[in-house]
Amino acid sequence: MTALRFGIGLAIVFAASYAFAQGMADKGGADKRRSGYRDMGEALQKMQDDDTANPGMLFVQLGSQSWAKAAGAAGKSCADCHGAAATSMKGVAARYPAFPKGADTAVDLEGRINLCRTANQQAEKLPPESRELLALAAYVARQSRGMPIAPPADPRLAPLRAQGAAIWAVRQGQLNLSCVICHDDNAGKKLAGVTIPQAHPTGYPIYRLEWQTLGSLKRRLRNCLVGIRAEAYAYDAPEYVMLGLFLMDRAKGMIVESPGVRP
Amino acid sequence: MADVLVNAPKTAKRGAVVEIKALILHPMETGFRPGPNGRIIPRNIIERFTATWNDAEIFSMDMSPAISANPFVSFFAVAAESGVVRLRWTGDEGFVVEEQVAIAVE
Amino acid sequence: MDRRRFLAGTAAIIVLPFGTASATPEAMAEAIRKVVGSAAVTEGRVKLDMPPLIENGNTVPLVVSVESPMTAADHVKAIHVFNEKNPQPNVFSARLSPLSGKATVGTRIKLGDSQKIVAIAETSDGRFWSASADVIVTLAACLEEST
Repeated sequence: MTALRFGIGLAIVFAASYAFAQGMADKGGADKRRSGYRDMGEALQKMQDDDTANPGMLFVQLGSQSWAKAAGAAGKSCADCHGAAATSMKGVAARYPAFPKGADTAVDLEGRINLCRTANQQAEKLPPESRELLALAAYVARQSRGMPIAPPADPRLAPLRAQGAAIWAVRQGQLNLSCVICHDDNAGKKLAGVTIPQAHPTGYPIYRLEWQTLGSLKRRLRNCLVGIRAEAYAYDAPEYVMLGLFLMDRAKGMIVESPGVRP
Repeated sequence: MADVLVNAPKTAKRGAVVEIKALILHPMETGFRPGPNGRIIPRNIIERFTATWNDAEIFSMDMSPAISANPFVSFFAVAAESGVVRLRWTGDEGFVVEEQVAIAVE
Repeated sequence: MDRRRFLAGTAAIIVLPFGTASATPEAMAEAIRKVVGSAAVTEGRVKLDMPPLIENGNTVPLVVSVESPMTAADHVKAIHVFNEKNPQPNVFSARLSPLSGKATVGTRIKLGDSQKIVAIAETSDGRFWSASADVIVTLAACLEEST
């Protein structure tokens, strides 16, 4: 079954890359960026828009409870330091990844939450893609919904962002594809039955129907890597932060939708 | 309960028909999928959802493995009198979750 | 055009391995017979709302609504939904009463493949009404495996 799927995937991707070799039309002029939201059918758009129907809101609610719950040896909750997330976390997800105060490396939102856990709460790191980490990230990200993505001007981010851009452009994996080939050159066209998205990180963490749960940008990037038959970076690898920095800059000014719903 | 999201109006006019929507965290594992070790993951689903208004049943649903993970249900009820709407999900592995919301009828 | 034909061809190939352990139109008919017994099922009164093109079969929104005054004398007692190609033909059975006020039920279902979905409503006079929808489940190119 897996071999069959792999073979078919290979065939489809090759067919796509040959057939689309002419590339996209001109890129100048008006902003042609579009959130994956716009490629979804009306039913899924409605599912995302309605807080009483968006399954990501289950995690936002869990996150709001974690926010108020003391954790770790310090016995402190997020709320003990940050107060109401509605004010203190507003805009945070729109500007991460970033260098937290006093840190010597950039982290993504999940990494920032874990820094708070270890440094301030004196608690264990929450494992990647764990329910509690995703829930907290969703709760924090929800506070930025409707705000434009606004990467910080911090000059220390520039070299990391450039590394992210380089990863984005390099061909890798057994299918020898780069992110650019699908998500820049052929975005908007079909791969199997699905519209290739421009891959803007506007809704993370997203409730992805494929996953039947909430997941981070990291998980999504790992999916793509597996899709092109490349080896995914380790969960704690800096490459994800670099790619995140590049993608958030590429999506600068687009509107945060978190928690997004995607097929 | 932490893992339930219920939406119902807090107030309603007497006799009005109100919509109640409920989401619950649950894997709805079908019992047909193989796990990473090749063995079938045992079925783990919610089998039944019931809703009562002041203890009178207003709605129920028998679910199958074909109901999506994190089940969503929406239904309607007549706001006859102020009271408590109780929602209850039961299923495999002794799963029981209850949640209630108050609706004031004026 | 050639590409489209090619992709359509691969889509057909992909469908095959899922066909073996599935319910069938016959299994669905059998499941429906278990619910309605020997009664006739009339098309009408029922509206089955589903997106015709489904981007991911794991979560397909569905709303069934039935025209009914929902009075003690004339109401919908139950709404059943069936499918043709999932492993089992039954999707859900909902019970309603005059306390429901409105015979509309919404949920989300899994569909392993493009197929026909049937909704059947049982009214208080013992009659059965139905609606059906043919839906197309599109196939994703990149599937997640153990990442």
